[in-house]
Amino acid sequence: MTPAHRRRAVLQWIAVHSLAIAAALFFVLPFVFVFLTSLMTDQQALTRDLVPDTWVWENYTKVWNTPGFLTWWRNTLLYAGLGTLLTLASSIPVAYALAKFRFRGQRVSLLLVIAMMMLPPQVVIIPMYLFWAKQLDLSGTLWPLIIPLAFGDAFSIFLLRQFLLTIPDEYLDAARVDGCGELRALLRVVLPMAKPGIAAVALFSFFCLWNDYFGPQIYASDNPAAWTLSYGLESFKGAHHTNWNLTMAATVMVMAPVIVLFFFAQKAFVEGVTLTGVKG
Amino acid sequence: MTTHTLRTKRRRAALRTAAFMSPWLIGFAVFFAYPLLSTVYFSFTKYDGFRPPVFNGLDNWTYVFTQYPLFWPAMRNTLWLVVVMVACRVVFGLGIGMLITKVKTGTGIFRTLFYLPYLAPPVAATLAFVFLLNPGTGPVNTLLDGAGLPQPGWFTDADWAKPALTMLAVWGVGDLMVIFMAALLDVPKEQYEAAELDGAGAWQRFRHITLPNISPIILFAVVTGVIQAMQYYTQPLVAGKVAAGVIGGSGQQFEPGYPDKSTLTLPQIVYNVGFQRFDYGTACVLALVLFALCMAFTALLMRRRGGLIGGGH
Repeated sequence: MTPAHRRRAVLQWIAVHSLAIAAALFFVLPFVFVFLTSLMTDQQALTRDLVPDTWVWENYTKVWNTPGFLTWWRNTLLYAGLGTLLTLASSIPVAYALAKFRFRGQRVSLLLVIAMMMLPPQVVIIPMYLFWAKQLDLSGTLWPLIIPLAFGDAFSIFLLRQFLLTIPDEYLDAARVDGCGELRALLRVVLPMAKPGIAAVALFSFFCLWNDYFGPQIYASDNPAAWTLSYGLESFKGAHHTNWNLTMAATVMVMAPVIVLFFFAQKAFVEGVTLTGVKG
Repeated sequence: MTTHTLRTKRRRAALRTAAFMSPWLIGFAVFFAYPLLSTVYFSFTKYDGFRPPVFNGLDNWTYVFTQYPLFWPAMRNTLWLVVVMVACRVVFGLGIGMLITKVKTGTGIFRTLFYLPYLAPPVAATLAFVFLLNPGTGPVNTLLDGAGLPQPGWFTDADWAKPALTMLAVWGVGDLMVIFMAALLDVPKEQYEAAELDGAGAWQRFRHITLPNISPIILFAVVTGVIQAMQYYTQPLVAGKVAAGVIGGSGQQFEPGYPDKSTLTLPQIVYNVGFQRFDYGTACVLALVLFALCMAFTALLMRRRGGLIGGGH
């Protein structure tokens, strides 16, 4: 490398990393300001100060002890946890059939899965609401949101199918030659190989349900005992509408599990995002 | 093999397929096809959910398109979001994706930092941004003040509410970053080397090598972005409610779109008309407009040989 080349490389390194640091500030500062405000006193949160004078950690215990907060946690965990399990149990066989069987109507089924994936829940919400609330009298609970997940979820089916396509058919053929039925082939051969894909789908499904606002708003809004964190958080701000410090503490507490889980499962996430991308 | 056993085999294969597909088949029929047909039917009726629906022809449809005061503002906002928000997200996502492929030191840390906001729960992220962009005491205007710059009203100003939503959307651009990063790493290195030998500058390499190679991904990002913009619900609704100081919770009436209809979107008026005004017939018309728009763009996404997603094998 000539000195001129090396100088250019060093300058480029500096330019790229300065830009990256500037971008990182844009992505990180919101978290930092939210966290700092969550530690201010009620009075200081109403000023233009950026850093708390005294660090009021009790804000977090105050939020934790707000009536209902624990219930929202429990509901959210139930909704996201049970919903994810049901999604996986019902979506895996469908994705397997779409990826590894050959049958008439396969292409149409896949197109319908993709089309449904792109549709917002508002499109069919009125008949669905009337069905669950008026006919089955289940409004005020999360069951109208959980039960349909036992019948497959378009996004999860699509993602899993994309992943299963990457598993070579030879493994399956070998299992079939050995006299394995399809169900056993799926459980014994494909599932162990599909672990990263399943992990990605499970995480996406969990976060999607954890974040869901519209569903709980439709079915649970009349009954605070059925609220989830996403729905409760907004009303929390309403009830404490001058207390940005408490609101930000609650916001941190809702964001924290997502961030912690991400640090444990980064690879699965990136895998999932790439799968939604283009290769098919 | 006799034809008999062959037929049994075929039938067994068909049964097996049906068994594996059954969750989806049931789900599609019960939770999609049937409600969609009901939505179409209700859109031609006057229906409040209590008294039985009464057929009223195209009344709801003409009402939505000619008289309902929130429909065209919501469509205009959606158009704004489709043009500005989607463009900002794609350009910024591509920029960050290119940046991260150039970073040599601390790549993992930078990638994590860029990606994290994408994971922030929408309600929490929106609350955070309403606070950050709070005109009186928010950190952003404090910083702008310190730099001697003008301080917009953000979510409380009809002219600035959509730019504020755009900032929130750009902050969560991590998904696009990952997709673009993967695409950029797939561009054959030889093409860049050949171009460099020919004396092509950075812009020319970007224009003639990078862009053509990743154009399918850009189209994918644009079309999915448009679909997202048409479905935009939680962020504008929560931002409007919180900025307006509405106390959330049960039985709360809220005219969405604060301030001055600037954050209205189609899904919000479906909710408002259906679940706050109990005019299910009109809400079904709005839902079908949303359906038509989303399907049109989904079709675009699946066009071309096998489409951009879910193509052949």
